[in-house]
Amino acid sequence: MSVQFDPEMVNWARAQFALTAMFHWIFVPLTLGLSFLCAFFESIYVRTGDPSWKRLTKFWMKLFGINFAIGVATGIILEFEFGTNWSNYSWMVGDIFGAPLAIEGIVAFFLEATFFAVMFFGWDRVSRKFHLLSTWMVAIGSNLSALWILVANGWMQFPTGMKFNPDTARFEMQNVFDVIFSPVAISKFTHTTSSSFMLASMFVITVSSWFLLKKRHEELARRSIIVASVFGLLAGLITAATGDEAAYAVARHQPMKLAAFEGLWQGEEGAGLVGAGIINPEKRPGDSQEAFSFEIRVPGLLSLLANREAGSFVPGINDLVYGNRQHGVTGVKEKMELGKKAVSALAAYKQAQKQGDSQAMARALEEFSHYSANLGYGYLKSPEEAVPPVAISFYAFHLMVMLGTFLMLLCAMYLLLGIKNRLQGNTLLLAAGLFSFFLALAASQAGWVVAEVGRQPWAIQDLLPVTVARSNLTAATVKTTFFMFLLTFTLLLVAEVKIMLTQIRKGPEEVK
Amino acid sequence: MIGNLDTAVLQQLWWLLCSVVGSLFLFLTFVQGGQTLLWQIAKTGTEKSMVINSLGRKWELTFTTLVLFGGALFAAFPKFYATSFGGAYWVWVIILFTFIIQAVSYEYRSKPGNVLGARVYELFLFINGSLGLLLIGAAVGTFFTGSNFVLDEYNLVSWTNPLRGLEAAFNLFNVSLGLFLVFHARSLGAMYLANNLDFKGHEEFEKRVRSAALINLVCGLPFLLYVLGSLVFMDGFAIEPATGKVFMETGKYLHNLQAMPAVAAMLTAGLVLVVAGIALTGFTSSRSGIWLGGPGTVLAGLALFLTAGYNNTPFYPSRSDLQSSLSIFNASSSHYTLTAMTYVAMVIPLVLAYIAYVWYLMDRKKLGAEDVSGDSAEVY
Ligand code: HDD
Ligand code: HEM
Ligand code: HEM
Repeated sequence: MSVQFDPEMVNWARAQFALTAMFHWIFVPLTLGLSFLCAFFESIYVRTGDPSWKRLTKFWMKLFGINFAIGVATGIILEFEFGTNWSNYSWMVGDIFGAPLAIEGIVAFFLEATFFAVMFFGWDRVSRKFHLLSTWMVAIGSNLSALWILVANGWMQFPTGMKFNPDTARFEMQNVFDVIFSPVAISKFTHTTSSSFMLASMFVITVSSWFLLKKRHEELARRSIIVASVFGLLAGLITAATGDEAAYAVARHQPMKLAAFEGLWQGEEGAGLVGAGIINPEKRPGDSQEAFSFEIRVPGLLSLLANREAGSFVPGINDLVYGNRQHGVTGVKEKMELGKKAVSALAAYKQAQKQGDSQAMARALEEFSHYSANLGYGYLKSPEEAVPPVAISFYAFHLMVMLGTFLMLLCAMYLLLGIKNRLQGNTLLLAAGLFSFFLALAASQAGWVVAEVGRQPWAIQDLLPVTVARSNLTAATVKTTFFMFLLTFTLLLVAEVKIMLTQIRKGPEEVK
Repeated sequence: MIGNLDTAVLQQLWWLLCSVVGSLFLFLTFVQGGQTLLWQIAKTGTEKSMVINSLGRKWELTFTTLVLFGGALFAAFPKFYATSFGGAYWVWVIILFTFIIQAVSYEYRSKPGNVLGARVYELFLFINGSLGLLLIGAAVGTFFTGSNFVLDEYNLVSWTNPLRGLEAAFNLFNVSLGLFLVFHARSLGAMYLANNLDFKGHEEFEKRVRSAALINLVCGLPFLLYVLGSLVFMDGFAIEPATGKVFMETGKYLHNLQAMPAVAAMLTAGLVLVVAGIALTGFTSSRSGIWLGGPGTVLAGLALFLTAGYNNTPFYPSRSDLQSSLSIFNASSSHYTLTAMTYVAMVIPLVLAYIAYVWYLMDRKKLGAEDVSGDSAEVY
């Protein structure tokens, strides 16, 4: 396979994916959580028959609808971007990766799209019960779509249930259940949805706090806050637990990512956890510089979190790059040599196939099977290339965890004071609440930066580097579409925010 | 059970399924067609609002069907997905672009503080319905006229035309198909609106809607005839079953229709139904035109896709290098994946059933002027 590529094109394609995914991710977590909150609100309305709960439900649904539209607009770009910018990827792993995307369409998107219409326009057209059912269906549908796309993403982080087929030069699926129930997919799904519930609860808290500060719609705000803070607090606990599970899965399957987001250069037994720190930006693999210019470290905790065993060994970046015999860590350097053998065996196989030499084909295949697990390493140019950007990963991870902890406390405070009806007048708390949605958004985006930047240079962990996954396009082409999307999405985002603010300012409508 | 089926059977099955989704999409383009009719049929703010709100309850369905069409092709024929999207880059990017601007337009058009103003969002809807559909038609046209790509031994694509897919729009056959789709969508849009709206007090409006169905049939007819004529007479891409070699065959698509009489019957029945639906809408006061025109579109669309992919025909032929052409046999997923996907596809009838049920519930009462007055959350 050609290892010739234009690094500039690859970087623009990466930037474009990051741009579109991060735009999508402004709206999606809110959809995931707010859909459930709307379903809670409406359930209370149907239970109590109290029209002020209907008014409240309709208010949040209106905001949900504004947010939903732009989530859809950005999603379609993502779906087709695998084909346009990463076509080698689409071919090489399409046999596995395409399935969840198609399933997502069949079982999730239609559920959302169909019942969305009832939820918005069906108030006077269907029975109360059916309307409530529709609202629940939208919530379930949107979260099912998260499931399938996260199964796909989990598979990129931990490819399983498949085999390379040298005839077609692609990976083929062997076991669909391995793909769906991979531990990485499960921790991804639970962590992503629970954190999104948290984020949506913060959205409700932010808007409601604004009402309380302005002394408008106070009853609606207080009721919304109570439901949202219960949901947010529970979701926060699950977020922390599943986040821990995610880190454990990363330690198993992507030790380099773990080392990067913990800033761990030299592996240790009983490794400490850096609670906060400032990374030394000059530090490179193999050198002897200090890793941090400032740090707060809790001894032994990282080993505990990563391996569930206090004294255990956690490999650092240097161990992973150069190998550590004592602890049985094979270095990238060594894997590259194995990988190169896999690449040349594959080329020999293709050559023999062309000449119709079945003996040579069998020989090449035998050779290939020994090395195929390290195929991706054969395309790397230097061992250091296997190290993701450490500072970005480290800061993003620590930001996420700190914000998560803070937001959980905030939810608890809101719940406490909300029940006692003592929120009014607590200006400091309300001011903090006003920012909470933006903090949650930052945490959520940071989480994806950890997950995605931390797996560089791999598109598919250990098997396919991004440089090979690309399409055959010029840098100028990808750059053009990058700016095209940047401009469009920014414009639409501005419009969305303005519409949202106008609707919030207008507040809930009177119901007949 | 399904696992015992031959790969070739699964490949045919999945081409059929993808074709069904694609044809349903063509039916649902009544949304796009309606969008382009807006300026022509709606003269007052209320009428405009009625059109937008009526279409606005369906646009997601069309959109999602397009997304599923993409997803199903990705899962079942990943080589097509990789080759076409990565190769014919510009044509796809522009199509997608017209769908981004569509997705926000319904929700944002009439909301205060929408920055761009209602007219711009209406323009977005028009672009989606015209340019978007035209290019989709051109892209489908390349199933018959071929594209400019070469695959290497690792199946990676190089495109040999600098326009990267846009060149498809400069081929008479492709453009005719595209233009036909645009006009056809407009007829469908008119049929749908005639079914969905309550015109009480707006009789002039109803007349305009109904005659739009006829006018657009007339406008689209020359393009349809050109497409059909070309299909019958043009040289087509064919596969030699024994060796898998691709060659040019005179009258290939006519041969396909002869070899598959069911497909030929679908095409004829589809076109008849479409014309009947339009006539019913245009000449009588019946609301049911769309229920002939819609299924007619599905049948005709199916015939088109099946002609392109069945009977040893490469559905994504390459003009630059015949042997790079993609067929349902060389572009598909593995036997295992197709099997797994077939199990999943069994829920499709359920999905269709709840869509139909919700459609029925929501449209029992037709949408009238009083439904779009006021500025509550339920009005676009
Ligand atoms: C409101 C958002 C939010 C909050 C408060 C947290 N996370 Fe998170 N985190 C995410 C939102 C998120 C996310 C956006 O959902 C990510 C990105 C990819 C993924 O699977 O979930 C993520 C990824 C992610 C990963 C990387 C997984 C991977 O690379 O596969 C780890 C290890 C954690 N998280 C751990 C935590 C821990 C220990 C938290 C402590 C409270 C935490 N997260 C709070
Ligand atoms: C990068 C890969 C992704 C792709 C290809 C993708 C694709 C899409 C597409 C095509 C849509 C529009 C669907 C429609 O027609 O209604 C969409 C919307 C949606 N996506 Fe994504 N998506 C991606 C990432 C994610 C992630 C990571 C999640 C959740 C964890 C997610 C959750 C959703 C949800 C809930 C919607 C529906 C409504 C909304 O966007 O607000 N997506 N996505
Ligand atoms: C919606 C939430 C997501 C966000 C915010 C996000 C964020 C990012 C970021 C920041 C990058 C750039 C990494 C770099 O190049 O350094 C990236 C790349 C990428 N992500 Fe994601 N991601 C998301 C979801 C997904 C999902 C669900 C998938 C797959 C199913 C996915 C697949 C990819 C691919 C293919 C690339 C480009 C290749 C690469 O750079 O590795 N992403 N994403």
